[in-house]
Amino acid sequence: MNQPEPALELDCRTMLCPMPVIELARHLADVEIGQLIGVVANDAAARVDVPAWCRMREQEFVGTDTAADGAPRHLVRRLT
Amino acid sequence: MDYRRRVIRDLDAASSMPLHPAARDTFLAALERGYADPRRLHASARDARLLLDNAREATAEALGVRPDEVSFTATGTEAVHRGLLGLAQRGLRDGLPIAHTAVEHSAVLHAARWGGTRLSVPVDGLGHVVLEDVPSRAAVMAVQSGNHEVGTIQAVAAASERTDAPVFTDACASMGRIPLPEGWSAAAGSAHKWGGPAGVGILLVRKAARWRNPFPPDDRVDERTAGFENVPAILAAAASLQAVVAERDEVNARHHDLIDVVRARVAAEVADVEVVGDRDLRLPHIVTFSCLYVDGEALVHELDRRGFGVASGSSCTSSALTPSHVLEAMGALTHGNVRVSLQRDATREQVESFCDVLPEVVRDLRARVGL
Repeated sequence: MNQPEPALELDCRTMLCPMPVIELARHLADVEIGQLIGVVANDAAARVDVPAWCRMREQEFVGTDTAADGAPRHLVRRLT
Repeated sequence: MDYRRRVIRDLDAASSMPLHPAARDTFLAALERGYADPRRLHASARDARLLLDNAREATAEALGVRPDEVSFTATGTEAVHRGLLGLAQRGLRDGLPIAHTAVEHSAVLHAARWGGTRLSVPVDGLGHVVLEDVPSRAAVMAVQSGNHEVGTIQAVAAASERTDAPVFTDACASMGRIPLPEGWSAAAGSAHKWGGPAGVGILLVRKAARWRNPFPPDDRVDERTAGFENVPAILAAAASLQAVVAERDEVNARHHDLIDVVRARVAAEVADVEVVGDRDLRLPHIVTFSCLYVDGEALVHELDRRGFGVASGSSCTSSALTPSHVLEAMGALTHGNVRVSLQRDATREQVESFCDVLPEVVRDLRARVGL
């Protein structure tokens, strides 16, 4: 995926649902509007719940790539 | 020992229902009269055989099928296994995959994985199978009648017109409550989901269907099944099914309205919630919703503490489980999930009191994580 590196990466590798999404909500305001935030999570639910959160909270789900260690990284662009 | 316990507000009918009162006397009488081996020739055996034949006829009549299309299995899961894999036998020999909608019950998915190569057909955001993606060729195409988690009713007949494969319909969530769809070659039901006793499954195989027993044969009354028939439970299941069909217009209308209340109040009174599935084209008694930032298991426990029994499709806190494949296939939020499904005697008071406590329960759980 040809995206710029996220301004902030959240390490949620050891967290179970719904903690990765809670972390995302807590730290959204830590990036500027238009910037990316990455949620690195091994929990299977995050792959569905991060896009669903974006839809419900009117943020942009950009896609999923992998962190340096191969863990799934879900990318979100702050819109509001 | 006294096992009687009345759960006053059991909102989990889709998991199981108490025995329908109309079936109770039948069950007790059949326990006395239906113990013998229906395959033997003496008087007690003929009695059991008579009860079994009566059950088959009553079931066929209630479902609008022929008596010789009805088989009784030990569970709904066994009916699913036999129905799906029995239709697939021919196509599997030709190397064709077992196709299924992405939201089938796990019993279908496990059977498909066990029997051959799986081909999952996607659904849209409301849970309807994407008809354009139904394969023209497959060993079998599994399309459920109504979804067990979100209630969405599938277009079985329309799906069957798009494929040359025989269609298997898992009707466990809907049997008795709504008429069977058109277009299937084999179908399955489960008595404890309509108020019959547990331990009775219904396997329906159309007269013209190319179905072959996928398992070892048994020398019983019915060549499509195996094992000693549970005649009393089968008769009670049939009596219950007749009663459910007779009263379903009234019950369904009431359930549909009560679920509308839940859908409307949850959406209006709980912040950051997603009510899932088709609002109108659904089983009358089921609704599912997901609450952001909430652990589904904690939600179930908190509601239980307040006297409400519900189910959840969330996997939160139990790392061994994956989230509901149904919610995942629909792209719906998987955590904080609650399924409400109404028992036949569900009341407005039950539903309103559930909606009264839910916002506070969700607020409290969110407050624990600082949101």
